[in-house]
Amino acid sequence: MTTDSYTALAFYVIAGLMVVGALGIVLLPRVVHAALAMVFVFFLISGIYVLLGADFIAATQIIIYVGAITVLFLFAIMLTNRSYAPDSNPANSQWMAATGVAVLTFGSLAALVSQANIPQSSDVSAGLGDVTLALGQLLMGPYIIPFEIAGVLLLAAMIGAIVIAKES
Amino acid sequence: MPITLTHYLVLSALIFSIGLFGVLAKRNVVAILMCVEVMMNAVNIALVAISHYRLVPAGNLVSGLNGQVLTLFVITVSAAEASVALAIILAIYRGRRTVNVDEVNLMKW
Repeated sequence: MTTDSYTALAFYVIAGLMVVGALGIVLLPRVVHAALAMVFVFFLISGIYVLLGADFIAATQIIIYVGAITVLFLFAIMLTNRSYAPDSNPANSQWMAATGVAVLTFGSLAALVSQANIPQSSDVSAGLGDVTLALGQLLMGPYIIPFEIAGVLLLAAMIGAIVIAKES
Repeated sequence: MPITLTHYLVLSALIFSIGLFGVLAKRNVVAILMCVEVMMNAVNIALVAISHYRLVPAGNLVSGLNGQVLTLFVITVSAAEASVALAIILAIYRGRRTVNVDEVNLMKW
C-alpha cells in the first residue's frame, strides 16, 4: 500500500468513528454518556489534525478540549440534577423540524463544497517545515494584537464565570 | 482515490449538521452547549483543511498557516464561551432547579 492509501484508510476510519460519536452525543439517553461521546469526538478530531499536518493544533485540541473543557462539562453535569437518569438527555417537541433543518443544512453544504472549484496547490505535503515554529512566529509577529486580546478575553471570561457562579 | 479537500469539507459539514440538530432538538441545556462545541470543532476541521490544501507551494509556509492561527483563536474563544456558559447554567439551576430550556421561559413573551 502506498502512503496515499494509508492516509485514505486512516481518514475513513476516523471519519466513520467520528460520525458515530457525534450521533452518540445527540442520541444517547444519559447526558453523562453524551459527554463521554463528546470526548471521543474531540480525540478523533485531533487525529484529523494530525492527518492534515497540524501537529500543534492537534496537541492543543487534546489539552484544551479533551482535558479542560470536558472536565468543565462533567462538573456542570454532576452539579445539576438527575445527571444519570435515563431521560436526562431528552429531545424537545421540535425534534422533527430540527431533523429537517439539519438534513437540509448538510445537503446544501455538501452540494456546495462538492461543486465548488477550489484551486489547490498540487504538492500539498512537501515543504511543510516546522509548523509549530512558524505558528509561534506568526502569533508573535503579525497576529500579536489578536493574541494579546485573546489573553484579555480569557481573563474577562474567568472573572465573569467566577462572578456569575458565585453564591451571592 | 486520494483524500482531497472535498472529503474534509464534507466531513466538516456532516459533523456541523449533527451538532445543529442537537442544538435545535435537545432539551437539556448542557447537551445544547456540548452540541455548540461540536459545531465549533466542525468549523475548525474546515479551517485547518483549507489551510493545509492551499499551502503556497514556493516554500512560503507562513501564508499557508493563517487558517491554523484562526483555529487557535476559535479554540480560545470557545474555551471562554464554555466557562461563562456553564457558570450561567449553574446560576440558572440554583435559582430554578431545572436545566431544561423549555422550563426556563422567564423571558418568553
